Amino acid sequence: MSALHLAILMPFIFAFFVPIFYKSLRKIHTGWIVLFIPVILFIYFIQFIPTLLQGKEIVRSLPWIPSLNVDFTARLDGLGILFALLITGIGSLVVLYSIYYLNKDKEQLNTFYMYLLLFMGAMLGVVLSDNLIVLYTFWELTSFSSFLLIGYWYEREKSRYGALKSMLITVFGGLCLLGGILILYVIAGTFSIQELMTQVNVIVNHDLFVFAMVLLLLGAFTKSAQFPFYIWLPDAMEAPTPVSAYLHSATMVKAGIYLVARMTPIFAFDSSGLWVWLIGGIGIFTLFWGSFNAVKQTDLKAILAFSTVSQLGLILSLFGVGAAAIHYDIDENIYTVAIIAAIFHLINHATFKGSLFMVAGIVDHETGTRDIRKLGGLMNFLPITFTVALIGTLSMAGIPPFNGFLSKEMFFTGMIRVLQLDIFNMETLGVLFPVLAWVGSVFTFIYSMIFVWKTFGGSFQPEKMEKKPHEPPIGMLIPPVVLGSLVVIFGLFPNALLGGLIESVAYSVLPKFKYEVHISHWHGFGPELYMTIGVIVIGFALYQSQGKWKKIYDLFPKKLTLNKLYDSFIPSLETGSNLVIRSHMTGYLRSYLAYIFIFFIGFLGFTMWSMNAFVLNTSKVGEISIYEIVLSLLIVIGCITIVFAKSRLTSIIALGAVGYTVSLLFVVFRAPDLALTQLVIETISVALFLLAFYHLPKKFRHPETRRFKLNNALIAIGVGLVVTLLAISSYSTKLFDSISQYYVDNTYDPAGGENMVNVILVDFRGFDTLFEISVLAIAGLGIYGLIKLRLARRSEK
Amino acid sequence: MEILMAIIIGVLFATATYLFLSKSILRIIIASGLLSHGAHLLILTMGGLKKGAVPLVNDIGVSVTDPLPQALILTAIVISFGVTALFLVIAYRAYQELGTDNIDKMRGTEENE
Repeated sequence: MSALHLAILMPFIFAFFVPIFYKSLRKIHTGWIVLFIPVILFIYFIQFIPTLLQGKEIVRSLPWIPSLNVDFTARLDGLGILFALLITGIGSLVVLYSIYYLNKDKEQLNTFYMYLLLFMGAMLGVVLSDNLIVLYTFWELTSFSSFLLIGYWYEREKSRYGALKSMLITVFGGLCLLGGILILYVIAGTFSIQELMTQVNVIVNHDLFVFAMVLLLLGAFTKSAQFPFYIWLPDAMEAPTPVSAYLHSATMVKAGIYLVARMTPIFAFDSSGLWVWLIGGIGIFTLFWGSFNAVKQTDLKAILAFSTVSQLGLILSLFGVGAAAIHYDIDENIYTVAIIAAIFHLINHATFKGSLFMVAGIVDHETGTRDIRKLGGLMNFLPITFTVALIGTLSMAGIPPFNGFLSKEMFFTGMIRVLQLDIFNMETLGVLFPVLAWVGSVFTFIYSMIFVWKTFGGSFQPEKMEKKPHEPPIGMLIPPVVLGSLVVIFGLFPNALLGGLIESVAYSVLPKFKYEVHISHWHGFGPELYMTIGVIVIGFALYQSQGKWKKIYDLFPKKLTLNKLYDSFIPSLETGSNLVIRSHMTGYLRSYLAYIFIFFIGFLGFTMWSMNAFVLNTSKVGEISIYEIVLSLLIVIGCITIVFAKSRLTSIIALGAVGYTVSLLFVVFRAPDLALTQLVIETISVALFLLAFYHLPKKFRHPETRRFKLNNALIAIGVGLVVTLLAISSYSTKLFDSISQYYVDNTYDPAGGENMVNVILVDFRGFDTLFEISVLAIAGLGIYGLIKLRLARRSEK
Repeated sequence: MEILMAIIIGVLFATATYLFLSKSILRIIIASGLLSHGAHLLILTMGGLKKGAVPLVNDIGVSVTDPLPQALILTAIVISFGVTALFLVIAYRAYQELGTDNIDKMRGTEENE
């Protein structure tokens, strides 16, 4: 195990100890102890940057299940380190923030930090695993930890609803992803992403390729909340705000983007263009749809949730369009700008959206509400928070000089260049990309303005707030201020600080090209500039005239929303599965017995038939004498009598008759010991039956319908037939020699006995006999207990 | 001979299965008795029947039948007796507590539900 593996596993290991710290150190907020983990990991990962900038990557392998080709291979390359830094960096800030957000006396901190660490480890595992099965395992773990964190305030109805919704949708996607991974394995025979990359030609030309792609993308789209799966993300906002900032904006929802980026070197070679169209199309539509819906929200976190949906769409669409670059063989590839824009925006989004979530949390914490209809005029009470919020929203809206402006300009560039692509019908339908991009950006501008001005501008309404607002404690301000500063710094010096990192990430996504990232603030008077000016002008005009056009939201029928669809689907799923379960889980033991018998018949019968196992070998069979025919007939008559007996006594006597006949058969079969034992046992058994006879009810048989009897008879005959066939075949086939000869040879010397059966029982297999006696003793104790228990209870009464 | 025994074993198993699926608890206990008879004969038949003398050490070198299945069956007979006895007492106690010997109606009493 290498240090890299240990880094991934460290949060898991530490999560075990969180409850201990919580219990033994009640005076210290548990968050202070947990804070060490992401900080240490952040420092650990950042020291790899110089190595990675030289174009090297770090691979450490750890065999896990070699027989299934599953190895825990950790691979740190440009893409991996970007995410690892996001996870640990934002993670540190979020933990610091949560220390002030969650009251140590009122909240269950142990579970909170356990879940958070669980998520951190799982997310690191997703982005650093080279083996797809390992990746999938961590992927599902992130879904589970997200479920637990959304449902953290489980006493709230809405939390439980949101948690379940996110779980169902993301786990559905996770299972699709697993399907895609297995198909890839069927095609290429490996789970390793690196090895898959060497077999691109085989994979892309395979018949199953399209299925693998669609399943994989379903996994990515559900996780990254793309249309139409985005509906879980707004409901996930029921989680505590640090969680929303961390999981549902900066990291987990980007796992889908990570997957798309990671798989681009394989799937981008797809010659049908499906990869580009699906990701680009769904992404750009989600950008528009998310921003359009964000405008009508009144809850600060809901605005941010829809904004996240829309921004994730933006990043995905860039990765989708950028993948088209692989089909061009030019050194100065003009399409790779989309990839660079995507990576740059991924970083920027984490900074500005993280800070905005924290701002929303502060506002909620300080005023007791997140409803923009109640908020307003907080500018004077929360000046620092306001500054951060202003920087964050301006960056999100794409206003210079912040980092969001730079990536938004590059986004426009990427989308305009789509028009110049001459593959996949891009020259005709591709015009939708810049149009939707621009419209989405206008709405982004509007909700950004709503977010900041409805909260901090306008008139102060103290009567609608629960508390008198003032600045939060300094520790709660540090994380958003740090992120806000990054927004400014990245905006001013993008090349110096991020250029190298972006280059190495881009190299992981499309290894074919050499990148020289140059992000410039001024592009000259190009279409991008006019688009940005248009966004600002039109956006401002629409923001001012909201009352006049907001009625269009009422045009959509309320019954046709995706949420309504989900809400009606879940109960019908529940009733459906209930119906299926009730149809066979009757609660009657007899039904289950019948299933076992039917399975026995079917499974054994089918196996014997398919393996050609039925053999009839009559060469060695012994001769039949008249005794045996008589005894056999006696058994058959006894059985029939038992089945049709009307009274208890008859059936007990018939059972005894069968038993005695069997002991006579043992005599014929040269087994005197068996015959004697059977004789004794049968006598005692019959006596016991007769003893119980007095205590059991007179009514021996219960009314049974003809159909009931017929079904049982059919099953019974089936079982009898299969056993007969089994008996004949097992007699007729000898797969290996009997081990009995050893016992025969050793009975007299050294065991010193003459009766072989006895010697086997008491010498060779003495322990068997000992345990047999133990079983009898246990049964005896059980019987004694059952009878005594009744007596004790009677005397109590 | 073995073929005939195989058929007898089949009859025993079929009867036992039929009785297992009925409602009366006494019939179910009878079924378990028949099933063990069937199983014992099955083990014996699988090893081959009447292949030699009784498994006793002899000086004249006569080959004997396989003693191992017999040893196994001997254990099994005793165990199946223990099981039958326990079943009978459970049936008796169940009838006392629940007032029925119909397993379809055995749904626990009010106090232990």
